[in-house]
Amino acid sequence: MAEIAVERKAEFDRGRVVVGIVVLVMAILTFLLLPARSEGLTSTFVLTSRRGGVAIEAPDLILSTWPTLLTIGLVLALGGIWQLVKGFKRSDLIVALGVGLTIMAFLVWSARGASVNLTGIFVSSMVRAAPIALAALSGIYSERSGVVNIAIEGMILVGAFVSVVVASMTDNMLLGVLSGALGGMLLALVHAVMSIRYRVDQIVSGASLIILALGTTSYLQRAVLNLNPELNQPGPAIAAVPIPVLWKIPVLGPVLFNLSPIIYVLIGLLIATRILMNNTRWGLRVRSVGEHPRAADTLGINVFRTRYISVLISGAIAGLAGAYMSIGSAARFNEGMSAGKGFLGLAAMIFGNWNPGGAFFGSLIFGFFDSLQEKLALLQVGIAGDLLGMAPYLATMIVLAGFIGRSRMPAADGQPYEKQ
Amino acid sequence: MSEKSAASETPEAPAEPKRNFLQRIFVRSGKSSSLLLPILAVFSAIVIGAIIIAVSTPDVLSAWKGFFQDPLGALSITWITVRDAYVAILEGSFGQPTRIVKAFGTWRATGETRPLLDAFRPLGESLVLTTPYIFAGLAVALGFRGGLFNIGVEGQLFVGGLASALVGYSLKNLPWYVHLPLALLAGIAAGAIWGAIPGFLKARTGAHEVINTIMMNYIAFRLTDYLLIGPMSRPDGMPMTPLIRPSAYLPTLFPAPMRVHFGFFLSLAMAGLVYWFLWKTTLGMEVRMVGANPKAARYSGVRVSWITVLTLALSGALGGLAGACQILGVDHQMVRTFSPGYGFDSIALALLGNSHPVGVVLASLLFGFMRAGAARMQSLANVPVEIIRILQAIVIIFVAAPEIMRGIYRLKAIRKGEEAIKRGWG
Repeated sequence: MAEIAVERKAEFDRGRVVVGIVVLVMAILTFLLLPARSEGLTSTFVLTSRRGGVAIEAPDLILSTWPTLLTIGLVLALGGIWQLVKGFKRSDLIVALGVGLTIMAFLVWSARGASVNLTGIFVSSMVRAAPIALAALSGIYSERSGVVNIAIEGMILVGAFVSVVVASMTDNMLLGVLSGALGGMLLALVHAVMSIRYRVDQIVSGASLIILALGTTSYLQRAVLNLNPELNQPGPAIAAVPIPVLWKIPVLGPVLFNLSPIIYVLIGLLIATRILMNNTRWGLRVRSVGEHPRAADTLGINVFRTRYISVLISGAIAGLAGAYMSIGSAARFNEGMSAGKGFLGLAAMIFGNWNPGGAFFGSLIFGFFDSLQEKLALLQVGIAGDLLGMAPYLATMIVLAGFIGRSRMPAADGQPYEKQ
Repeated sequence: MSEKSAASETPEAPAEPKRNFLQRIFVRSGKSSSLLLPILAVFSAIVIGAIIIAVSTPDVLSAWKGFFQDPLGALSITWITVRDAYVAILEGSFGQPTRIVKAFGTWRATGETRPLLDAFRPLGESLVLTTPYIFAGLAVALGFRGGLFNIGVEGQLFVGGLASALVGYSLKNLPWYVHLPLALLAGIAAGAIWGAIPGFLKARTGAHEVINTIMMNYIAFRLTDYLLIGPMSRPDGMPMTPLIRPSAYLPTLFPAPMRVHFGFFLSLAMAGLVYWFLWKTTLGMEVRMVGANPKAARYSGVRVSWITVLTLALSGALGGLAGACQILGVDHQMVRTFSPGYGFDSIALALLGNSHPVGVVLASLLFGFMRAGAARMQSLANVPVEIIRILQAIVIIFVAAPEIMRGIYRLKAIRKGEEAIKRGWG
């Protein structure tokens, strides 16, 4: 017992030092921005939202560039030193805060002598984060029950394809979304049968299903959709639905209360998943099946059925993400339009330690970087958009490397269960 | 003594299961059915592919709508459509027999080689496509043997191509025996670094290599976009590198219309090298030990983290070599679209070849020929090339889940240990 305690202590110490160093590096990065021609300039952040001819007024936020950067750098440096010497209790929060402050510093720096519409960035972050968050949520359902699901990428594609075709044929968006979810479920069923019944390596199964989904949807697009273009015209993208009264709140209104209905569903799902997993009998069963299927089986829980249901839910949510990407925003289907969103979702899920809240936060970071890349290309800050485009992927790798020590995946994740 | 022989004999006598006729053909004296399953998987994929082609062709569909008026007509148009598609694949990959015969005639009569080269061009193109498949398939197979899933071969291919193109066009006035090896080594080194990073992260922090190699893919794509538009772009600003110098070319084996290059033999040699490394060296044995059971390997004194980094670095090096050979042998410059997904297809190759170098070479030949033929099928029979990817996925599924195959073809399990590898996030 004592040995375990010592080991834990050593692990904790190492984690503490790593986090401390990471925060200090962020501080140094912030200081590096200082001398870059920023003296005497101000950074203007426009908070007024203008969308569809409606302006929601809010005062501009004007910061003096140099003092702001200095303050942020000092706060980061102090935090890093404190973390190294004493250690904060919640180091994950510290890293999150550090990342947030560094991004703020970067924004302030890139907006020097210019103005950036901050509300616009937030809105587009939310829009871009939504499919990643849905993918992450999809991963949580599957993996909490012990089935690794890297096929989310493929399920998104199938969902996107099916929803476009159905919406084009019926002119009914709701039907399109539902059938997209159904399409994702269909692929999930294959994954479930292969990994639960036939006990195929779940990563191999997932990889083959991604290839299958990519091949089938691209094939059908070229063989069917391109010859019958009317099947790829679901009409304009699903419009945002403002929530009465609330949508007129400055800043918060456009960011939170004037969104695509699928994003509202996403937020509802996040809350529901949190409650379902932690506060209901069914959630407890799913988690027990993912942690120790043998014990769960002994207590009379049907391991196979629980896993099947969880993987099917996972597929439905991934299909919803696909519907969001096709009829929800692009208004058509394109070959390979999932573009890695499924993998980013998995990374966000690991980032969030297999919890909905954390996963959503991770998705927001990805979405934010995505929209930042676009905005900075317009500002011409001197960093190539392609290089900045690497940031989410690099961030994922750093997060995985730094957090994996403390993040804990379901113990039976990826292991096929064999009844004795 | 007698006890021992009795013990060794008893389990064998009842363990001889009844075999059906397929197994009797392919399996001799109770050995493994390692050849039977892949062959059946490919066969089933071809059948399913035929169904998909038939279902997605408008003419066939309209013929089937009138099935009850003209059942023979519906059947025959289905047969013709599917046959045309597959014949196009064969002719596109091996060449047209009539044309080859005619070219031979011309050559005999006049000594002109051009028609002959033209007639054999499809065969050459198939080998051109096979070459990167062999390298990339070996890369994934080596990773599998070490218990690591390298999905990042595509990215390694890109950085390998970038590095060899850079060396190829920027160094001047070098003799070919210096320039070519340098360019190849640059590709190998870039791929190795790209593979070693996820390996290091896995060994050091336990971060799973699947996510990290995928992330490295995206980083490689962004890097390529950046370099081809920016620092490495052609002087006129087109998003591609300048042409490499002829001193860095991988020599071609035949004159002009044939593009088969020396890289094909290099890939075969690499397959031999991988076999030698894995089964004839101590280090290779350690790689396989870590792949089979990391805990046991650790207890017997293998430095698991070092082997993890090494395996992914070697795997990445093979991926980089795939890109380098494609640049130095075929394209002679780096463009964004130089790989139609060799790296992603390689997963199927390694699985189909049972992660064995010989199996990988055979699987690569199959896929290379199919892909070369699919181009002709697309232009002649209007069947999109993507059908190949569907076939690949079906093959992987069947190979990875032998029980499905056993169910379809009523095979009995012959021995344990044929099942696919089973792992989770590690």
